[in-house]
Amino acid sequence: MHKIDNEVMLKIEHIDVFHGTFQALWDVSIEVRKGEMLALIGANTSGKTTLLDTISGLLHPARGRIEFQGVDISRMDPYEIVSLGITQVPEGRCIFPEMTVIDNLVIGSYCGAARKRKDENLKKVFEHFPKLKERQKQVAKTLSGGEQQMLAIGRGLMSDPKLMLIDEMSLGLAPIVIDEIFKALKSIKEKGITILFVEQNVKRTLQEAERAYILENGRVALSGTTEELREEDKVKKAYFGVEVCET
Amino acid sequence: MIYGGDIITPILMGIMLGGLYALIALGLSLVFGVMRLINLAHGDFVVMGSYIGYALMRNFGIDPILGLIISIPVMFVLGFFIQKYLMGRAFAIASEIPLIIAFGISLIIQNAHQIIWTPLSRALNTPYSHMSFHIGERQFPVSYLLDFVAGILIMLFLRWFLKRTYLGMAITAASQDKRVAQLMGINTGRVYGYAFAIAMVSAAIAGVFLGMTFPFTPTSGISFLTIAFGTVVIGGLGSMLGTFIGGIILGVVQTIGGYLFGPASQMLLVYIIVLVILAIRPQGLFGK
Repeated sequence: MHKIDNEVMLKIEHIDVFHGTFQALWDVSIEVRKGEMLALIGANTSGKTTLLDTISGLLHPARGRIEFQGVDISRMDPYEIVSLGITQVPEGRCIFPEMTVIDNLVIGSYCGAARKRKDENLKKVFEHFPKLKERQKQVAKTLSGGEQQMLAIGRGLMSDPKLMLIDEMSLGLAPIVIDEIFKALKSIKEKGITILFVEQNVKRTLQEAERAYILENGRVALSGTTEELREEDKVKKAYFGVEVCET
Repeated sequence: MIYGGDIITPILMGIMLGGLYALIALGLSLVFGVMRLINLAHGDFVVMGSYIGYALMRNFGIDPILGLIISIPVMFVLGFFIQKYLMGRAFAIASEIPLIIAFGISLIIQNAHQIIWTPLSRALNTPYSHMSFHIGERQFPVSYLLDFVAGILIMLFLRWFLKRTYLGMAITAASQDKRVAQLMGINTGRVYGYAFAIAMVSAAIAGVFLGMTFPFTPTSGISFLTIAFGTVVIGGLGSMLGTFIGGIILGVVQTIGGYLFGPASQMLLVYIIVLVILAIRPQGLFGK
């Protein structure tokens, strides 16, 4: 899978990440290519969220490095990384519950250059998620689960990202809502934003993404195009055989 | 103090005084709401504001309210650095350390005031603060009216600031979820610095109006910290409007207490009310 370098947007090379004394990631290497929709699959505690938090700068790797468009970001603070164009949409309903929908979106444009493009980006968000426009004056905690997830993605778009990291967006949502969100993600991708998303729902993920990495106990167990992965015996056995256990 | 025979006078007095109490408590409420820090030095910062006003008035003849033009930037910068280089670093070690630091700052300020100003009580006497005005038949000191107006204005300003500016929204966001605020590109360390700085500015303003209403000494900070706590307990932490209403309630309870039991025990009723609210509604009347 050797590609020309300028196609690789984010390059994670051999990182080890610790939570205190507990090692959560072991020698993880991942490449995100410009314009793609890449999935990160794994069970709970496989290290998916740790990996996203390390890219976002909430955690720093003990070894290895992370490069974004040629810049080493492994020691940067989260606000510096956001202004470079990497936004994370955190897991669950991590919107600001007491703020209105519109205020949640506006705070997404906090960083540097995104402020000037606030109105323009707001229009785009409302195009992707018309429901948010109807409910913009509502306090965020009064939205339904699906709407809160849309708000979280919309808030991420407000920062004018080049790369969006999306953590467990389908958690606890009805299939019909998940469809709607995946549809929105596709049109976001078509606008030129690269997407890296984390999922537990393997079957769904292998339908939606173009490539995927499978994490197990903090290590990359498998990677490839989703077509390839669907055919892998290991994937079939590990994920499709035990689908009833999935949340 | 003689309030006159009817109960309306103490109620009106209490409402106006409540504006001052709210002014004193707003900064305490803001810092707790954002950083979960009980700033034990807040009362001393307020008194510091009084002394800066006093120094400017005595040495340069500057009106204390006008003197805020000088004291506000000073307190803002001081607050930012205290948070960034003391509290922020201490928070990284353990959350109770900033509490001890705040206590230390409180002692340092009190003793510095003793050395500079002696323990004698001082007041900000301006020509207008001793004038009086009338509501119907009743007569009140102008300083009380100023307290009330300043309390409302600062509360409205802070509400507007927290809801309508990028920095204010970032402060609000960081208080609701620090991790997610960071993911939105908010430099939480800096935002905390600004929040503390703004609390210090409110203390500077409170200090001036306090000094025009009551005499103060280097140790007055403790009693005003108590009042600020009471206000925040009644109103609920974090909400600016709640804090303001808490201040009004506390002011009215105090003056009615004075009316019923005499000035010497006027705080008795306040403490009883505070205890009752703590017991039945610990989040405050307007807290979430």
